[in-house]
Amino acid sequence: MSRHLRYLVPLAIFAVLAAFLYRGLSLDPKLVPSPLIDKPVPSFSLPTLKDPEAMISDTTLKGKVWMMNIWATWCSACRAEHEVLLHLARTGKISIYGLNYKDKRPAAIRWLQQLGDPYVANAFDEQGRVGIDWGVYGAPETFIVDKQGIIRYKHIGPLSIDIVNNEILPLILELESAAG
Amino acid sequence: MKNFLLVFFVLVGLGAVPSHAGVTLEAFTFETPDEEERFKHLIEELRCLVCQNQSLIDSDAELAHDLRAEVYTMMQTGRPDDEIIQFLVARYGDFVLYNPPIKPSTYLLWFGPFVLLFIAALLLLRAVLRQKKTTAPQISTEERKRLDQMLGSNPAEGNEK
Repeated sequence: MSRHLRYLVPLAIFAVLAAFLYRGLSLDPKLVPSPLIDKPVPSFSLPTLKDPEAMISDTTLKGKVWMMNIWATWCSACRAEHEVLLHLARTGKISIYGLNYKDKRPAAIRWLQQLGDPYVANAFDEQGRVGIDWGVYGAPETFIVDKQGIIRYKHIGPLSIDIVNNEILPLILELESAAG
Repeated sequence: MKNFLLVFFVLVGLGAVPSHAGVTLEAFTFETPDEEERFKHLIEELRCLVCQNQSLIDSDAELAHDLRAEVYTMMQTGRPDDEIIQFLVARYGDFVLYNPPIKPSTYLLWFGPFVLLFIAALLLLRAVLRQKKTTAPQISTEERKRLDQMLGSNPAEGNEK
């Protein structure tokens, strides 16, 4: 190595380090990759939100592509997301199920009456026990499950129209066309 | 006045030192002190995902409450520590562990510092060896003569010029 070239070594190391650190600036540490991706849906059986007598479980949802949206009335980001869910429900491309997480039943029912109801049905997880099985740590969270009952996608935080158009709708198309 | 303010801020600062005092574990009862130690140790090793720089023992987040209760229940039903930890890792990923496991994706994390240390030692060794070789400076006889003159070690020729 020539004499001049070796002075470039620290500079090169600095450049690599700077590139990594710069990348780190735009990563959100709140977004922890879920170990549930490509795993079967955690089994659950809960009363529905609107009717405490009726039960909803993962087995009743087998055989179709569906979305699980974890929400609560105390979660302000869920309100921001609600418009997007309504929009997605109107497209009719996917059945949206909700997990009403650690919430109060009357408040949640009122929320759906006032803001509109994008859900086919909601599971009412008052204790948050099912939420733990799904690895929920910050509502809203959204999962997409394929026909075999395998979780294929997770989004943490509120959905946006961009995410729906660029990530979710293409994925639904792909999963729907798969044999099941 | 200035001194008073300084003292004030130092006291405020001392009060802000984090401690486990924020969370009470009174809700959990244990039959033996060992059990309690085991519980505390477990929840100290597990990260709260809501406030990520706090462990389950430190955090007052709703989820931390729930997970503490979950860990407690599992302990009471006689599940061993590694099973409890596995339960949480399966749901929240390795991120819940303050102590990351050794596996291919963490090799760099675990062994990187030792590799760097090894490289640094090699470079140091090389530099030292090279320096040794060049310690005896080469001077010509002419230079030697001038040097002797300057130092006055040869008085016969010393006051020339």
